[in-house]
Amino acid sequence: MNARILLWPGFAWLVLFFAVPLGIILLISLAHRAPDGMIHWGISAENYLRLLDPLYWAGPFGNSLVLAALTTIVSLLLGYPVAYAIARRSGPVKNLLLFLVILPFFTNFLVRIYAWFILLRPEGWIAWLLRALGLDLGLLGSPLGVLIGLVYGYLPFMILPLYATVERLDFSLVEAAQDLGASRWQSFWRIIFPLSRPGVIAGAVLVFIPVLGEFITPKLLGGGKVPMFGVLIEEKFLGRVPDWPLGAAMALVLMSLVLLVLARYFHQLKESRWVG
Amino acid sequence: MTLTRIYSFIALAVLGLVGLEACAGKQAPHELHLFIWANYIDPEVYRLFEQEFGVKVIEENVDSNETLILKLQAGVTGYDIITPSDYAVAALIRQGLLAELELSKIPNFQNISQRFRGLYYDPQNRYSIPYLWGTTGIGYNAQKLESPPTSWADLFEPSRLERYKHRVSMLDDPREALGAALKYLGYSVNSTDPQQIEAAKNLLLAQKPYLARYDSETYDDFLLSGDLVMAHGWSGEFAKARLENPAIRYVIPQEGGVIWTDNLAIPTSSQKIELAHTFIDFLLRPQINARIVNFLRYPSANDAAKPYILPEILHDPSIYPPDEIRERLEWIRDVGAAVQLYERAWEEIKSR
Repeated sequence: MNARILLWPGFAWLVLFFAVPLGIILLISLAHRAPDGMIHWGISAENYLRLLDPLYWAGPFGNSLVLAALTTIVSLLLGYPVAYAIARRSGPVKNLLLFLVILPFFTNFLVRIYAWFILLRPEGWIAWLLRALGLDLGLLGSPLGVLIGLVYGYLPFMILPLYATVERLDFSLVEAAQDLGASRWQSFWRIIFPLSRPGVIAGAVLVFIPVLGEFITPKLLGGGKVPMFGVLIEEKFLGRVPDWPLGAAMALVLMSLVLLVLARYFHQLKESRWVG
Repeated sequence: MTLTRIYSFIALAVLGLVGLEACAGKQAPHELHLFIWANYIDPEVYRLFEQEFGVKVIEENVDSNETLILKLQAGVTGYDIITPSDYAVAALIRQGLLAELELSKIPNFQNISQRFRGLYYDPQNRYSIPYLWGTTGIGYNAQKLESPPTSWADLFEPSRLERYKHRVSMLDDPREALGAALKYLGYSVNSTDPQQIEAAKNLLLAQKPYLARYDSETYDDFLLSGDLVMAHGWSGEFAKARLENPAIRYVIPQEGGVIWTDNLAIPTSSQKIELAHTFIDFLLRPQINARIVNFLRYPSANDAAKPYILPEILHDPSIYPPDEIRERLEWIRDVGAAVQLYERAWEEIKSR
């Protein structure tokens, strides 16, 4: 049997549900929006030229970039110790811990973000506790509130690749380093961490890229006060002032930027294979 | 279908907006399809209509005038009755998407109050009949405020907001939010003067740090939960919230607010124009109309329904504002090309 036949179902699926919609988005991005909101079909670059407006980049894109970077860093700081601890365990405890990391996925993402909404609201537990400590932060509707939700949502995507990498490391190297007089601290920073770099990079990509285009978390927890690029795109399609052509152009530009980051990632991966 | 329509239809379908409309195109003969705001009718009315006419009414919800217009523009069919707001009626008429009504088939049109006939967006009622109306103002929790708000200043002045920081919300809507700011500054909500709109924008930017959120959907719930103490919003939502907590009040600020109507209309694409007329006439019957008002707590444009409306609703000045307040209300009108000034100002407010 020709193995190529096996390719067809998946290939057809991708063409139908990825390439065709992407083509439609491209068509929309080239159309013209009349002042009354009507879409007139045509081929023009006007929507891409409108994107040169710094308004879209300073606020929404800047916030997306900063929040994506912060989410990645915080997830790494929180996730590395967790992944390390799980990887060094064995038997049923290890499986249980891994299961707990995956457990949140059993519930819909939207529902989980709603839960944070309820926790962070001014009359919620967290705000209540903070007020008891004399802090009135107004977490809901602030960048910090959005960051909390983002880190919560994407932490597992950092932990899992880190775990997979650390788990396969050869820890006899650590013994060797310590035999040669390295402290625990030194053996971690000079042996373990560099060797787990592929996991760090994979985790960073898995967190940074989706957060760059995130809109559900900032929409719910930001209350329209924390502009992000994903929210901007969503509002261009479903908001009070629909502007599909501009929204489509924004979506495509964001996709291109993500592709650039990914290209960098694969480049890194090649380098780290050298190192490894 | 023109090629444009086909393209738009595909776009809608792919974006997952269409759902079951494709099936709705082929309707059963004894069904009527309503495309209406959520919770905007007493479901009992459907049962009564089915009992009398043997026609099942099927309701589908739409969340904004903009989505409604977009769908009809894109050629989505299968709707027999829609409830666009005033300015949306104007836009739909302009684009030829509303069927002309035969008022002879709607004898109960005579029940409509004179002051709600021939409004600016449809001067001869050729395409639309006012269904419910309301106002935009400030809702608040009387127990949590030191003194009740009386002016837009209570919603815009930082010195007054300081105490209620992160406990106040504004409608997530450019014309409503900028309109409130324009009213406070003493201008018209339909200003086309770039400097006035700029001033309104700056007022909203200064207000933003004090807000909990921009919200058009859940502010009534948050007022009830105590998370908000003051909200810019639509009269009927606060009237409904007050049924759960009597401390919830609504005021039209002294500078004036916005008045709006939602209207009954038939899209040109409806296959059941006769039946749609019958249903509109049914909704305009005094007792049916009063039932809806008693259920929703939005005022109706129907004079003949008044004897059947609960007195507590009819005499509630926050639901049926007295004449001296009504004089200070303004319609949000189509401002033509100036709409771009509003959109730009709103984009700046939301993006900073």
